[in-house]
Amino acid sequence: MEVGRSLDRVDAYDKVTGRAKYTDDLRGSGALVAKILHSTIANGVVKSMDLSEAQAIPGVVKVLTCFDVPDIQYPTPGHPWSVEEAHQDVSDRKLLNRRVRIYGDDIAVVVAEDELTAERALRAIRVEYEEYPVYTTPEQAMAPGAVPIHDEHPDNVLKHTLFNVLTPGAQVRDVDEVFADPAYRVFEDHFDTQAVQHCHIENPVSFAWMEGERIVVVSSTQIPHIVRRVIGQALGIGWGSIRVIKPYIGGGFGNKQEVLYEPLNAWITTQVGGRKVKLECTREETFQNTRSRHAIHFDVKAAVRPEDMRLMARSCRAVSNQGGYASHGHSIVANAVTGFRQTYPDELAHRSDAYTVYTNLGSTGAMRGYGIPQCNFAGECFMDDIAREMGWDPLAFRLRNLMPLGYVDPTNGITCQSTGLAECIRKGADFIGWEKLRAEYARPQAGPVCRGVGMAVFSYKTGVWPISLETASARVVLNQDGTVQLQLGATEIGQGGDTVFSQMCAQAIGIPTEDVHIVSFQDTDTAPFDTGAYASRQTYVTGKAIKKAGESFRARLLAYAAGLTHLDPGNLDIQARQVVNTRTGTPVLSLAELALEAFYSLDHCEHITAEESIQCKNNTFSFGACFAEVEVDIPVGKVKVLRIVNVHDSGKLINPKLAEAQVHGGMSMGMGYALSEEMKYDDKGRLLNGNLLDYKLPTAMDHPELHALFVETEDPSGPFGNKALGEPPAIPVAGAIRNAVLQATGVAIRRLPMNPQRLVEAFTQAGLIGKEE
Amino acid sequence: MMEILHCTLNGRPVEVGYDLRESLLDTLRDRLGLTSVKRGCEVGECGACTVLVDGEAIDSCIYLTAWCEGKHILTVEGLQDENGELSPIQRAFIQEAAVQCGFCTPGIIMSAVEIVGSGRTYTREELRKLISGHLCRCTGYQNILNAVERAVEECHKVAGR
Repeated sequence: MEVGRSLDRVDAYDKVTGRAKYTDDLRGSGALVAKILHSTIANGVVKSMDLSEAQAIPGVVKVLTCFDVPDIQYPTPGHPWSVEEAHQDVSDRKLLNRRVRIYGDDIAVVVAEDELTAERALRAIRVEYEEYPVYTTPEQAMAPGAVPIHDEHPDNVLKHTLFNVLTPGAQVRDVDEVFADPAYRVFEDHFDTQAVQHCHIENPVSFAWMEGERIVVVSSTQIPHIVRRVIGQALGIGWGSIRVIKPYIGGGFGNKQEVLYEPLNAWITTQVGGRKVKLECTREETFQNTRSRHAIHFDVKAAVRPEDMRLMARSCRAVSNQGGYASHGHSIVANAVTGFRQTYPDELAHRSDAYTVYTNLGSTGAMRGYGIPQCNFAGECFMDDIAREMGWDPLAFRLRNLMPLGYVDPTNGITCQSTGLAECIRKGADFIGWEKLRAEYARPQAGPVCRGVGMAVFSYKTGVWPISLETASARVVLNQDGTVQLQLGATEIGQGGDTVFSQMCAQAIGIPTEDVHIVSFQDTDTAPFDTGAYASRQTYVTGKAIKKAGESFRARLLAYAAGLTHLDPGNLDIQARQVVNTRTGTPVLSLAELALEAFYSLDHCEHITAEESIQCKNNTFSFGACFAEVEVDIPVGKVKVLRIVNVHDSGKLINPKLAEAQVHGGMSMGMGYALSEEMKYDDKGRLLNGNLLDYKLPTAMDHPELHALFVETEDPSGPFGNKALGEPPAIPVAGAIRNAVLQATGVAIRRLPMNPQRLVEAFTQAGLIGKEE
Repeated sequence: MMEILHCTLNGRPVEVGYDLRESLLDTLRDRLGLTSVKRGCEVGECGACTVLVDGEAIDSCIYLTAWCEGKHILTVEGLQDENGELSPIQRAFIQEAAVQCGFCTPGIIMSAVEIVGSGRTYTREELRKLISGHLCRCTGYQNILNAVERAVEECHKVAGR
């Protein structure tokens, strides 16, 4: 079995020797450098620019401004395109914008012989603005009389959706009827999550040049085929006239599931005669000008039946701060309120009310978990708060309400086709010693340092069907020595995709993974079509394409072998690099002999390949739980995570060792979200901590040992029994830590991050600090 | 105004022209083609550009090329032995699945070279502190620590201490 082996990564050798090539490593010499001029206001219009001084600087090749760009608005999110206009992404920006919507908006670009010259020229450009009031919160932007940030949305609401979902068979009108029923206890609460950044260590970078009439862009992206399409849309040119190449990338986490500066760079090269131009974000630009995770405010309400801990109805109102540009738009908060509903299907009814609101903060987009870390924090804190008030064990309360096997989402039909969630909870509880610790820490604790244990669970769908298209393709090509090449449009972004794709391909053909050579880099001219790395979709969706292509390839190998040996292909199998006669159990020829014959036979020469594409009209839920034990130093507001474990049901694991590593990274991102990370803006919309010193990304010293456990279900819809794993590990961590802090201190924190400032404020308000003095 | 730097790079003498204002990061990447040395922040925050100068791990983005005159510079490109065998540290990073996107990897490996080269052993907590100048968003540092620990142990064993 190739699937299920803990193989070393196929790219590890190249990465530890420094030979793995990332975008800037391939640039070569002689590239011009493009640097962007960012606005010094957050809301307004560029009235005029004086370029004379900048243009006169020796080494400046060209200065291009928002007055020069094509009059085309285009979308940037890495979604599959929709042929139905109603489902198309929001097109709300130009390559450079006269209408300034965020502090640091892109208003001009200098192309120069070198970086220093470009920087100097940027400082020599004089800009005159007309300024409007700055809106940093949805409330300000939605207030009557606020200036529209985009003319298409006069009230600054990008989108509002309201769904009343009745459980099939429920005899109620809506949630309000349930909330009014005196048989139930009703709870209301509110929670806030903060904007955070992906902090991939490689900043977004691209270089572009022209080959004849075509534009070539090499970029650090998760979605090369989508980048090609969006460049075409942004420049108003045929999508076939663009070629995008994706080398190794230094992390993405959703920020590179966005078309960032590739269209601008593609346009710049057309303005300098097709010369090679490099455009690389500084770390500060990455913070200010790329994307971040949405800050979302949640108002939640629930009715529970005291006799049996059953959730009867809940409502969730979510208001999402979009920042200046739509990016993924309403999809993320829509996913958040849906995710809030799904983990615990209510007995009777649910209401989801979601707003996406433009403000003048940095634009927000996709980030690992796509709205679910936000709603999970709200939902899992709320579960613990209800349990605490009712005197219930939060673990038992959750078990009573979990999504059951066979659950069908009443709005989108996504079905629970396998679940190990209850088992994940049991396994995590055993690991952390839930019952013992929960009882021990429930007793009064003396002194300012208290301990607690907490948990959170989640569900997460696999891929985007039926909300969007799911499609993938794969190509398998025989080599002369019997090994194969695997070519995909799906991307390796650090998660280990190339390794597990190789294992899947080997499994489908019946050869060792060592005999599969994956072509890691995508070139949209030659890579089969795939929409790329997002939504934890590739092992599931691309996996189906790999399986199909591998099986076709295997059938062709055996058909060719049958022709050579005059045996029935139905009696042939591939074992240990040999074609074997299954009737006699004897090898008839090696794959290497077969391959050589197929390539060079004077009688019957055939280059054996297989290419298959699939459309995936299926989806399934992944699950998991996090348990955390913490120590809280109350006077200084410091949380120390003593022990933490994530337990995941991601179906069958393709590579257990890499799966574990993936979970570690997600847990780390969840810890940063819980305790330290936050993008801070002033009232002028300026980002105050847009660098890796002031933005508190966890270091090795900020972690305890990270434990990752699995419950391996066999999902009937996954190509190899597998389902989503990439994003989920980041989801439940903040809720589990917060609930542990709740047990330790009795204080219900409602806002992330739980940094010392926030905690001291909360503990002071609760009377834990400043009481005795 | 160009200057000429004379130094030893990965065991070989090198002469290269450079601009006086230039960081070692830019000289290594753009003039000498050593692209294992990564640019992540350019202000000494992330550690991706770490190389050894006379055995000491430094952030090459905030280290002037001019300071390297006569010094020994070591990058990941210089770690394989004459037969092309990986160093025990590189092997440990592969075996412990300590590599994901790989962008921080060369820098952390160079700090591990410094750690292993000290000839002593460390507690897990000490190792956490020693690599805390490197930011990694993929691994939670868990397998990186396992790899560094393993490399320290193996080298210690080989050295017979």
